[in-house]
Amino acid sequence: IAPRLLKEKCSLLHKVLALDLEDVVLSPTLAIHVYTDREVHGTVGSKVTLSCTFWSSEWISDDISVTWHFQPEASRDSISIFHYAKGQPYIDDVGAFKERMEWIGDPRWKDGSIVINHLDYTDNGTFTCDVKNPPDIVGKSSQVTLYVFEKVPTRYGMVLGAIIGGVLGLVILVLVLAYLIRYCWLRRQATLQRRLR
Amino acid sequence: MLLLLLGIIVLHVSVLVLLFVSTIVSQWLVVSGHASDLWQNCSILTSVGSFQCQPSSTNEWLQAVQATMILSIIFSVLSLFLFFCQLFTLTKGGRFYITGIFQILAGLCVMSAAAIYTVCLAMNCIVNQP
Repeated sequence: IAPRLLKEKCSLLHKVLALDLEDVVLSPTLAIHVYTDREVHGTVGSKVTLSCTFWSSEWISDDISVTWHFQPEASRDSISIFHYAKGQPYIDDVGAFKERMEWIGDPRWKDGSIVINHLDYTDNGTFTCDVKNPPDIVGKSSQVTLYVFEKVPTRYGMVLGAIIGGVLGLVILVLVLAYLIRYCWLRRQATLQRRLR
Repeated sequence: MLLLLLGIIVLHVSVLVLLFVSTIVSQWLVVSGHASDLWQNCSILTSVGSFQCQPSSTNEWLQAVQATMILSIIFSVLSLFLFFCQLFTLTKGGRFYITGIFQILAGLCVMSAAAIYTVCLAMNCIVNQP
């Protein structure tokens, strides 16, 4: 009787496991996920890296395409500024980002990042990264907002904390050194006196 | 001898109180109608007749003045504390060197704070919004 019960339990377990596996395969995250930063800060004249990484449930094929759109601040038009398809990057060479953009991504490593040099105030706006990896094409693209400043604003309290910390540290250091020197000198005096006796 | 000691303690405590008051009270710059200090700008709204205060700008020079004033308070407190320590532990003929050094540092900090504030007010590097 015992082996029969065991066999029944085994087959039941087998059915349950098979069901679970099927569930995992039949309802996966059949979408492509794109990740970018939320906000990026840059200073006028410097360069900024707009990073875009993605996750796809399919193998990265040669048909993969990466597109970057730009929507200037206070405008409703979204301009296409970069396209990567069939292993070839196509950079904007007639528009606002002419000769300022560089492709530093590698789709095989799930990276679709670009670099923008010589920032200007007109670059303030929203950049959208869109990745399509056939047959995995359903998914949300991701947006990153670029803020261009004259100089990077330092947080309040940096100067305050730096001055207080620096001066206190210096004073403590000087005191410790003074005490060490005095201690060594006194010990030297004591050994000299002991030798004289 | 006791009188000397008492006099020194009174001077120490009054210096500390003055430092606290000058750092906190809103009277560094008083123009008719509004007063501003290291931490906020206050102005009297003539229509309402009450004080309205805003926090002052996060200027680097203003932060430097705030930092040196706070440092002077710290040094003065430490000096008072060390004065009492040395009073009970000093050997005969010893001198209150540490106390004196910390008090000198506190004085230097206050001087530099006042100097920075005055020069910056004249050169407009501290922007005081009315």
